[in-house]
Amino acid sequence: MERKNMICIVCPIGCHLEVERIDEKVIVTGNQCNRGQAYGIKELTNPTRVLTSTVKVNNAHLSRLPIKTKGGVPKHKISQCIKEINSVELNAPVKLGQVVIKNIQGTGVDVIASRSI
Amino acid sequence: MYDIVIIGAGIIGTFIARELSRYKLNIALIDKENDVANGTTKANSAIVHAGFDAKPGSKMARFNVEGNAMFDKICNDLDVEFNRIGSLVIGFSEEEMKELQKLYQRGLENHVPDMEIIDKKRVKELEPNISDNVVGALYAATGGIVGPWEMAIALAENAIENGVELLLNHEVKDIQKTQKGYELLTSEGPMQAKCIINCAGVYADHINNMIAKPTFKINPRRGQYFVLDRDARNIVNTVVFQCPTKLGKGILVTPTVHGNILVGPDAEDLDDRENLSTTADRLEYIKEIAKLTMEKIPYHMTITTFAGLRAEPSTGDFIIEESKDAKGFINVAGIKSPGLTSSPAIAQYVVGLVGKILGNLEEKAEFNPTRRKLIRFDQLSQEEKEETIKRDSRFGRIICRCEHITEGEIVDIIKRKAGATTVDGVKRRARPGTGRCQGGFCGPRVVEILARELGKDMAEILKDGRNSNVLTEKTHKGSDGSDVKEWAAVSIEK
Amino acid sequence: MLNYDIVVIGGGPAGLAAAIEAKKSGIDSILVIDRDRELGGILQQCIHNGFGLHEFKEELTGPEYAERFIEQLKELDIECKLDTMVIDITQDRLIHAINTEDGYMTIQAKAIVLAMGCRERTRGAIAIPGSRPAGIFTAGTAQRYINMEGYMVGKKVFILGSGDIGLIMARRLILEGAEVSAVAEVMPYSGGLTRNIVQCLEDFNIPLLLSHTIVDIKGKDKIEGVVLSKVDSHRKPIAGTEKYFECDTLLLSVGLIPENELSKSAGIEMDPATNGPIVNESMETTVEGIFACGNVVHVHDLVDYVSQESRRAGSNAAKYVKDMLIRNGSTLQARPGDGVGYIVPQIIRTDNLEKNLDLFMRVKNVYSHGKLVIRVDGVPVREIKKKHMAPGEMERIKLDLELLKDKNDSILSVEVEKEVV
Repeated sequence: MERKNMICIVCPIGCHLEVERIDEKVIVTGNQCNRGQAYGIKELTNPTRVLTSTVKVNNAHLSRLPIKTKGGVPKHKISQCIKEINSVELNAPVKLGQVVIKNIQGTGVDVIASRSI
Repeated sequence: MYDIVIIGAGIIGTFIARELSRYKLNIALIDKENDVANGTTKANSAIVHAGFDAKPGSKMARFNVEGNAMFDKICNDLDVEFNRIGSLVIGFSEEEMKELQKLYQRGLENHVPDMEIIDKKRVKELEPNISDNVVGALYAATGGIVGPWEMAIALAENAIENGVELLLNHEVKDIQKTQKGYELLTSEGPMQAKCIINCAGVYADHINNMIAKPTFKINPRRGQYFVLDRDARNIVNTVVFQCPTKLGKGILVTPTVHGNILVGPDAEDLDDRENLSTTADRLEYIKEIAKLTMEKIPYHMTITTFAGLRAEPSTGDFIIEESKDAKGFINVAGIKSPGLTSSPAIAQYVVGLVGKILGNLEEKAEFNPTRRKLIRFDQLSQEEKEETIKRDSRFGRIICRCEHITEGEIVDIIKRKAGATTVDGVKRRARPGTGRCQGGFCGPRVVEILARELGKDMAEILKDGRNSNVLTEKTHKGSDGSDVKEWAAVSIEK
Repeated sequence: MLNYDIVVIGGGPAGLAAAIEAKKSGIDSILVIDRDRELGGILQQCIHNGFGLHEFKEELTGPEYAERFIEQLKELDIECKLDTMVIDITQDRLIHAINTEDGYMTIQAKAIVLAMGCRERTRGAIAIPGSRPAGIFTAGTAQRYINMEGYMVGKKVFILGSGDIGLIMARRLILEGAEVSAVAEVMPYSGGLTRNIVQCLEDFNIPLLLSHTIVDIKGKDKIEGVVLSKVDSHRKPIAGTEKYFECDTLLLSVGLIPENELSKSAGIEMDPATNGPIVNESMETTVEGIFACGNVVHVHDLVDYVSQESRRAGSNAAKYVKDMLIRNGSTLQARPGDGVGYIVPQIIRTDNLEKNLDLFMRVKNVYSHGKLVIRVDGVPVREIKKKHMAPGEMERIKLDLELLKDKNDSILSVEVEKEVV
């Protein structure tokens, strides 16, 4: 059995959820709506985060280019992802949306430039 | 070998250096800090006192009154902001009015001009926001306000223009007598001098004790202040003191030459000669006492608070004399308030002492008493602004949004003699970051300009002191991801 | 002298949206002035995601959100002057500005839109005692250094204030390899959005210390540590609760203040509750023809609402130029009631409204299951139930114009009804 307390972030109310896994079933209590239930299940079974950071960029008016993962990456892979992101160095010009790292750490998610420079 | 080494580049050291630069002398002005005016000179009330406070016959009384009269010329020559706005000592009772009468008499003995005892009506005319409890005041027309560190910086610049060598980051570790004079052992190596002038502020006794008998002691006395936004500027027009018999002796409310309002200082004896911390209880105490002067001081407009250390001499008066044990070693010590006001007269007097030691001083024909005027962009007329930008486009770029300071002005004060090398050094000279955002916007731009003009990396730029780097290092440089912590390992006890 | 129909001061999210909307409303002669070297304002340093949920139904980063507006501005061929500082505005809409290329400019505008944004409250403004070493930054300044200039501010960081920028920076610093000891907040609740507390603090096990403040700062040249103390219900430090935290950096996220130096120089009347200009339903200030929008009026927590509000300012500035705004007619004054800190707009001229009135406000405390009661001259006209309200989350209500019909010289008030949590 696995149990976790969390605050729902779907809306500003911020319900205090208690999420419990009993065998194959996940039970969410404390939520005031269905979106809260879905959030609780996802946070317990497969929490993901959109990761944003910057990478080094040359020949531009700024020295850093902001980037983001195009979708959520598993929470437990954030540190590996950041390491890979930190190893990138680009030359301007870069277009918004341009892929900077393809399929980062085998997550199936691309890292893209979040501005043109 | 130098003819003269001056220890300490505060208002006293820089003034003496500048006055001695009129003569054919080989002079070094040294300081342990990385900028001039970095001790007491940068944190005080910035007042030019009329001169009725000091005991008649004392050095304080003499140099205060003499010095006061010299401000118009020196500030004009060196382009330093100075305003004779007048000062008031206010009384809240008949008893206090008697005290003011005594002050007035003392002022007469000290030869203070243009004083007057005024009644409540006149006080309220001059200062409509002052407490209704006021009974009367001692008004002195010669009281004024000045930029103390700007003055020391201007003096240093002018001294260098006239041949003085400024050596910063030179801390004196020891002084030895030699056959021809003295050897100073500094953090940067030895220096030889025929004559030493000790203007070391709160450290003047330490310096004296390196070569002479400990005849005096300096006690650091801390004073704290509030600085209010320029939006509060109209609350007071003159320097307003309380009657010195009150518990709150010394706490004043005054405008500054930049249009801010200063409230403070308290007085607290410390052992630590470096402690410039402000404390909640003392600031609260200042508020309590200042309330007597004015009930509604808009502290919500506070832009910063700061503390300064005065060099309180154990002798009770300025110590300005050649040491009896060490010929050619002159102490200029214990220069507490009214030290700033006295500084022009002290410098002149010390020139006399040096003349006696080194023999007749020979004047330099090429001495230039003025310095190139600063460009204060915000104070120019529209036409002048147009002209200035046409001449140098860097004046068309405002770096400090609060005070409207341009890139042109910042580059100028970096490039000048005794120029700025740190963020606070830029702030003291050209004032970016002194406004209400306190450098929030202009900080990164100032760091960038300093790095560019000094040929350094941004990470090398200092806020103020020697180890005060603003930034630590570049963020990840590309190939280097090695110092990323395992994210899961980052765990702090709740 | 230069002449434009509309001059927009500030090229951040507010200015961009206002200029675009003015152009779409049929005004061709528009100039956007910005003091920075590029458009987008503070969005360019807000590289985290979470922008645009209302505006684009997507989670964008700050630079992405900005770029969508900047592209539109370019497509609409709106003129901009960057690296340009407005130094004065007069009541008759004459603008004085300087830059390195054009030098000193005077610009006559038929209408002005003020969109200068806000600035961060500093250490001095909240009078934290202690020494004054290097290593103390407002969170936004640190954000600029790290995200745009590419420099780290320190390795062991303490954060005072749980505003959103502070929370965002906590995560940002961890990802850049720094350590964040804690975030302290003087209030008994956080000033930031819940999602930021979860994703920026809880994800990284950073403690949030509510009802705490810094009572001393240690270190001579460089900050060495801070002394934290618990505070009582009056926000006064409780003696004996002091705790020392070693750090080489202190970030302050202690509030934002609308930046209104120019508004004041134009003689615009200010609302002490918002620190911004008093505006009417058309986002016009008390000086005719000068409009204002975004954080210069009141500090928003969502950029989406800034864009919405600014479009209103832009379209009404266009109406003003075309002489289509009704100056006289029925007017109501909006007044915050119990539990409400402020209401924007403060003046409502109903004749200029089409269907609805949008009111923005902030409550003064945390409430759960409360309601907002809207009254006209003391008579309740509408109640809106709210499961959750907090000072950190701006409330926005839409009122049907029918409710305000035939009201003149009236007071519209909003108050909170419900017990405090």
